[in-house]
Amino acid sequence: MFVPGNNPGMMADAHIYGPDSIMLDLEDSVTLAEKDAARLLVHNALKSIDYGTTEMVVRINPLNTPYGKKDVEAVVKAGVDVIRMPKTETADEVKELEAEILKVEEEIGAVGRTRIMAAIESALGIVNAYAIATASPRMMGIALGAEDYSANLKTNRTPGGAELLLAREQIVVAARAAGICCFDTVYSNLDDMETFRKEVELIKTLGFDGKSIINPRQIEIVNEVFTPTEKEINKARAVVAAIKEAQAKGSGVIAVNGKMVDRPVVLRAERTIALAVAAGVIDKEEAL
Amino acid sequence: MRNSKVVSLEEAIRRSGLKDGMTISFHHHFRGGDKVVNMVVDKLANMGFKDLKLAASSLSDVHKPLIEHIKNGVITGISTSGLRGELADAISHGLMAEPVIFRSHGGRGSAIASGEQRIDVAFLGACSSDELGNATGYGSKSICGSLGYALPDARYAKHVVVITDDLVEYPNMPQSISAADVESVVVAESVGDSSKISSGAIRDSKNPRDILLAKQAAKVIINSGYFQDGFSIQTGTGGASLAAVKYIREEMISRGIKASFALGGITAHMVKLHEEGLIGKLIDVQSFDKVAAESIHKDPMHQEVSAVEYASGQHLGSATHALDIVILSALEVDTDFNVNVLVGSDGIIRGAIGGHQDTAADSALSIIVCPLLRGRIPCVVPKVTTLITPGKSVDVVVTEYGIAVNPARPEIAEKLRQAGLKVVDIKELAAKATSIIGTPDPLPFGDKVVGVVMNRDGSVLDKIYNIK
Repeated sequence: MFVPGNNPGMMADAHIYGPDSIMLDLEDSVTLAEKDAARLLVHNALKSIDYGTTEMVVRINPLNTPYGKKDVEAVVKAGVDVIRMPKTETADEVKELEAEILKVEEEIGAVGRTRIMAAIESALGIVNAYAIATASPRMMGIALGAEDYSANLKTNRTPGGAELLLAREQIVVAARAAGICCFDTVYSNLDDMETFRKEVELIKTLGFDGKSIINPRQIEIVNEVFTPTEKEINKARAVVAAIKEAQAKGSGVIAVNGKMVDRPVVLRAERTIALAVAAGVIDKEEAL
Repeated sequence: MRNSKVVSLEEAIRRSGLKDGMTISFHHHFRGGDKVVNMVVDKLANMGFKDLKLAASSLSDVHKPLIEHIKNGVITGISTSGLRGELADAISHGLMAEPVIFRSHGGRGSAIASGEQRIDVAFLGACSSDELGNATGYGSKSICGSLGYALPDARYAKHVVVITDDLVEYPNMPQSISAADVESVVVAESVGDSSKISSGAIRDSKNPRDILLAKQAAKVIINSGYFQDGFSIQTGTGGASLAAVKYIREEMISRGIKASFALGGITAHMVKLHEEGLIGKLIDVQSFDKVAAESIHKDPMHQEVSAVEYASGQHLGSATHALDIVILSALEVDTDFNVNVLVGSDGIIRGAIGGHQDTAADSALSIIVCPLLRGRIPCVVPKVTTLITPGKSVDVVVTEYGIAVNPARPEIAEKLRQAGLKVVDIKELAAKATSIIGTPDPLPFGDKVVGVVMNRDGSVLDKIYNIK
């Protein structure tokens, strides 16, 4: 969930709504005049607010601005989990950020702690998606930034999202090839929850791991769409139980309800159970 | 017509036998649009009255002209459920020599019925009246629906003056205030600003914190053990209360559960559930919006009750005694579950007791919904600034950081835990608030008592001191 880095009230209680991760923003939601104040605020929020188990991300300003490197220093020192790099176009930019992070981590004796998420927001970035996704072992995910991307394509955003289809697919494929996560862009019309739900359903089908949101009211819908149904969970459990039984017997091929179960089916079942555990609809012990 | 009671305001006052030192009373059904209190007290001041005691069911921002009348000695005593705005601010700073007496709506009803709160002349605004004084909350200029808070005054005051801006042909039926209780009828240019008396719009809160609190409150109700066919419920008008009704409605439909009645200030939300067949009857002491005010007029299953019938502690048979579930708000809750809804964390009076004490005490399950923090102000605190509702009446406190259950109700805590809700010790909530914003400096109270908070049984609960 995006939270402006210059809004102490929202930063103080963003976690009570239960987002999986909070992204404090130093980039587009902060005016030039407030860049330094917001950086100080975000640094102190990370250090003093108990966000519990929520993953903490900070979107920094691009490194080629006067603010980017200062942002890296402030948030790495405050112990941020993930730095989101905006407008990433090449693998070299990721490597440059990695070097900056390493410099600060070495200074404080915490080498390797900070991970990177790259936001891809241009045609060039989409073309280079796999190179970006594999540019550093710190890369944990890539994300689509659709506003800048569609402007760059010389088109507009539409409710159906036809203009984003290639970018979305490219990002999912690149992330999967690199073995990292992928996140979809924000949907900013808070008065149209129906279209938002359709968009979440679409990006789940495309293979995304999650969606960026801008308001706590969007959390419930994302969770509803991504949480497996009882039927899906039961089916997945049957598959996992059958494969365990087969392994115990030393048999390679198994069948559930008369249908042959092969490796992709097992992987999908395991992912369904992992999602159900993450969504809190089943316990970890229950899942085993 | 023959035997008409219509006279001028001045003549009505003269006929009432009002003298210096006596008590006059008013209701607050016209809310922020009320013109009756200011009109009558201005007239009394012009006529040279002094040392009058004002007994209102509540007072609000619109009554700030009373400040001058207090300074000039026209009004020397006030009893009310609440105070807001500049008048509240001035009184908090020590404007009056005598402390203001604060009573709950049920407590006021009881005090009037028992004679403890004497009323010499009641000046009761009405949206319409006939020439004999049959008066209602419906008129061509404005509608307020129920006149429940005015009914004890109409019945027990020694002298009753109805003031209306819509004189209608006899008989004005069905009436709220009966002509049998009325001595004079005054026709005024306007008794209130209709746009501020009742708002027509129903707005669902989009505030994510309200929605979160509402969902938690709804989950508490649904899993409390009281959510069964035939249950009864009362909610407030805050964003979280109204949103909670929405979630409870969904669950009622999916489980096929219906409520027997809803009580209290009735809102459009409750009317909707009633019209959908989900709530059998509406018991209405105050109609909060235009939809509710219109419903009570046309729907025989939506009935007006007086403050005594609504919430009196001493009269067996008040509706609160039959109430299962109430959702209430709070300015502050402390670690003993005591609640303050009257005095702000700055020591200034800014609220009303309303039916808080009454419904919390009588209901089977009372739920307080309040954020842990409002900006930098903590709402769960070690000790409330002013005690309004004793902790023994409060069962559950819902905040965005967790739900606290009164240790006296372990069975509810257990049910909520089983349902997977985050039940925490209320001391943890207070500690959480302190950890986020620190410990506020103590308030600079003086040693003059500016307000006395009465319990609904007539005992004194707390005193409010002047703020420097």
